[in-house]
Amino acid sequence: MAANLILNIAWTHVTTRVRQTLVGMAGVAMGVGFTIMMAGLMQGSQIDFLRQLVDTMPHVTVQDERRTAPVQPADQEYGAVQMSNVANINSRPGIKYPESVMASLRSWIPGDVAPSVKTTAIVDHGGRIGITLVGIDPRQEVKVSKLPSQMREGQISDLLRAPNGIIIGQALAEKLAVKTGDTVSLIGGQGTQVSAAIVGIFRSGLKRVDEGQIYALISTAQVMMGQSGIINELRLRLNDPVSADVIARRVEAQTGYKSVSWQEANSDLLSSFAVRDFIVLTVMGAMLLTSSFATYNIISTITNEKRQDIAIMKSLGMREVSVRRIFIIEAAIIGVVGMLVGWIIGYALCYGWSKITIYNTLTGTTVPISIYYSPLQYIIAGGISLLCCTGAAFFPARKATRVHPVEIIRGAS
Amino acid sequence: MSDVALQAVGLVRRIEGAVSHTLVNGIDLSVNKGEFLAITGPSGSGKSSLLYLLGLLDAPSAGEVIICGQPTSKLSEDDRANVRLTKCGFVFQFHFLLPEFTSLENVLLPMRAAGRMGEKEMHARGLELLASLGLEDHAHRRPNQLSGGQRQRVAIARALSNRPEIIVADEPTGALDTTSTEQVFSILREIADSGRTVVVVTHDPALAARADRRLHIVDGKIAQTFEGRASAPEPAVAAAAAPTQA
Repeated sequence: MAANLILNIAWTHVTTRVRQTLVGMAGVAMGVGFTIMMAGLMQGSQIDFLRQLVDTMPHVTVQDERRTAPVQPADQEYGAVQMSNVANINSRPGIKYPESVMASLRSWIPGDVAPSVKTTAIVDHGGRIGITLVGIDPRQEVKVSKLPSQMREGQISDLLRAPNGIIIGQALAEKLAVKTGDTVSLIGGQGTQVSAAIVGIFRSGLKRVDEGQIYALISTAQVMMGQSGIINELRLRLNDPVSADVIARRVEAQTGYKSVSWQEANSDLLSSFAVRDFIVLTVMGAMLLTSSFATYNIISTITNEKRQDIAIMKSLGMREVSVRRIFIIEAAIIGVVGMLVGWIIGYALCYGWSKITIYNTLTGTTVPISIYYSPLQYIIAGGISLLCCTGAAFFPARKATRVHPVEIIRGAS
Repeated sequence: MSDVALQAVGLVRRIEGAVSHTLVNGIDLSVNKGEFLAITGPSGSGKSSLLYLLGLLDAPSAGEVIICGQPTSKLSEDDRANVRLTKCGFVFQFHFLLPEFTSLENVLLPMRAAGRMGEKEMHARGLELLASLGLEDHAHRRPNQLSGGQRQRVAIARALSNRPEIIVADEPTGALDTTSTEQVFSILREIADSGRTVVVVTHDPALAARADRRLHIVDGKIAQTFEGRASAPEPAVAAAAAPTQA
C-alpha cells in the first residue's frame, strides 16, 4: 500500500478537523511543556543543592581509621575460632607517613590532595559551644577547598599571620557575637586551652558547617588534640566530583585507610533524592499519560465518525493494517506537533521560572530559581508523549478497522 | 482462455446464531466477460448478500467464488482485499465517497492504493475517467458540492480507475432521481459493451430489463433466469432518458 496515500488521508483527516486536532495538540503540548518545566525545576534545584554540598566538602576524605577491625595477633598466630573483649591494636592515631601517601596519590588522582587535622573542641566565649576544629595548611587548602571563595571577612592566608588564628563560620560568629579581630578561648579534648584570634569569617551555605566548624592551622589543631605531628585526614578535590566514588575505592585499596567519597558521606540525602526522583518521574509520567487520553478521545471520535469511510476503504481493497495506520499516523501528527509546541511551552515556562527570585535560607540571599536545561528532558518528554499518543490511537483504530465493511454498508444503505 | 469472468459454485451464506438464517442458499452461477447481469428480487431475498459474496466483500459459509479463473475461498483476507482492489470495482446505493477529498482524489484512491502507476499517469487517468462521465468541470469539487447523480458518477469513475474486470453495483440508482438513474444505467451498459463484466442488483425491473441476463432471487435461491435484453424500456425509463442537467 502506497505510504503517501496513507499519509495523505491521515493529513486530510487531521487538517479538516481543525478544532479536534487543536484540542489534541493542546493536550499533548501541555503535558510535554509542564513535564519539561517540572524536570527543569526539580533537576535544577537538586543540582544546585548538590553543587553547594560538593563545594563545601572534600570530594574524598581519607581518614585514619579502617572499615573493619584489624586482624588480631591471636588470629594470625593460632587461627582463633572465637575472640571476645579484644583491645584493638594500632592505638596510635593518625595517617602514617602522610607526605609519602599524598605524594603517591598526587601521581595519579585527577585533582589534588591536602592534609588536615580534624578534632573536636569547645569554644568558650561567655558560654560553651562544641565545635569541629579543622587544622589546615592554607597554601595547600586553596587547591582542595572552596573556602577562599566562601570567605566573608579576612583571607585564608591570614591564618599564617596571627598565632593561634582561627576562621569561624558566620552563623557561629553571630551566635557568639564576635567579629574579626576578637579573641575566644578554645578548649581541647585533653583539657588544653588556647586563646585564639578570629582572623576571618566564612559562609558555606550549609548551616551545620557555618555553626559548628572552625578552621585553624594544622599546628594549632595538633596542640588542641594533644598529638604533635599528627595528620588524621587527607582531603581530596577531584576535577570530576562524580568520579569520587571510584577514586575513593582506589585510594582505600592503595592506602588501607577508610576513604569516604562525598556520595557515601551523603548517602542518606542521595537516597532521599532517588525517592524524590521516583516521585517526580511518576508525576511526570502521569501528566504525559493524562495528555495521551486527549489523543485517545480524539482518535476514538474520528474512528467512530469515519466508520463508513473505513468500510469503503476496506471494500475498495485497502488492507486492514493500512487503514489502521492512517489513524495511528493521525495520532502521530497530533503528537509530533503537540510535542514541538510543548517544547516551546516547556522552554518558555522554564525561562519564566528562572526570572523569579526567592530567598534562599541556605545562603541567606535572594537568588533566581535554579533551572536545569537539558536536551534529554525534551527528548524523553517528547518521546514518551509520542509513544503514549500512538499507543492511545492504536486501540480505537484497531477496533474500528476490524469492523466488517458489509455491516457498515448495509447499515448505511 | 475461458470467457467466464465470474463464477459461483454451490454458494451458501448462513448467519449462525440463536436463530440461524440462510441468506444465500446454494447458488451456482457463471457470468461471462462483457456480460451485463442484473439480479432482482424482493427485499430480503438475498440478492445483495449474493453480490457481496461475488465481490469478495463477504466470505461464503460454503461454496466457491472464482474470479477470472482464480478460486478465492482459500485466500487470506489480505489476498481477498488485493483481488477486490485489482479485479473488482464497486458501486453502492450511496456514493460512499470520502467527504474530505475532491472528486479526482476519490477516483485516484484505488489507483494509489494499488500503486501500479506513477502520480502523473494516475492523474491523467483520473481526469480522463471523470471527463468520460461528464465530470471534467467537477474534478476539484468535494462530494458535498456535487448533485446525487454526479456523486454516483464519481463513484463509478472510482470503480473503474484500476481497470477492473468486473464491476459490482448494489442498487446504484436506489437513491437517484429518474434522470440520474437513466444516466447511471446508460454508463453501466456502456461499460459492459466495452468488454467488462457488470453485475447489478436492482429493484427496478425496467432497468433490469436492459441487462443481458436477469436473475430473480427468492429466499436465497435463483427462482428465474431471463436471457437477453428486454425489447423496450418501461415508459418511465424512456421519459427519463432525455438529456437533462444532473
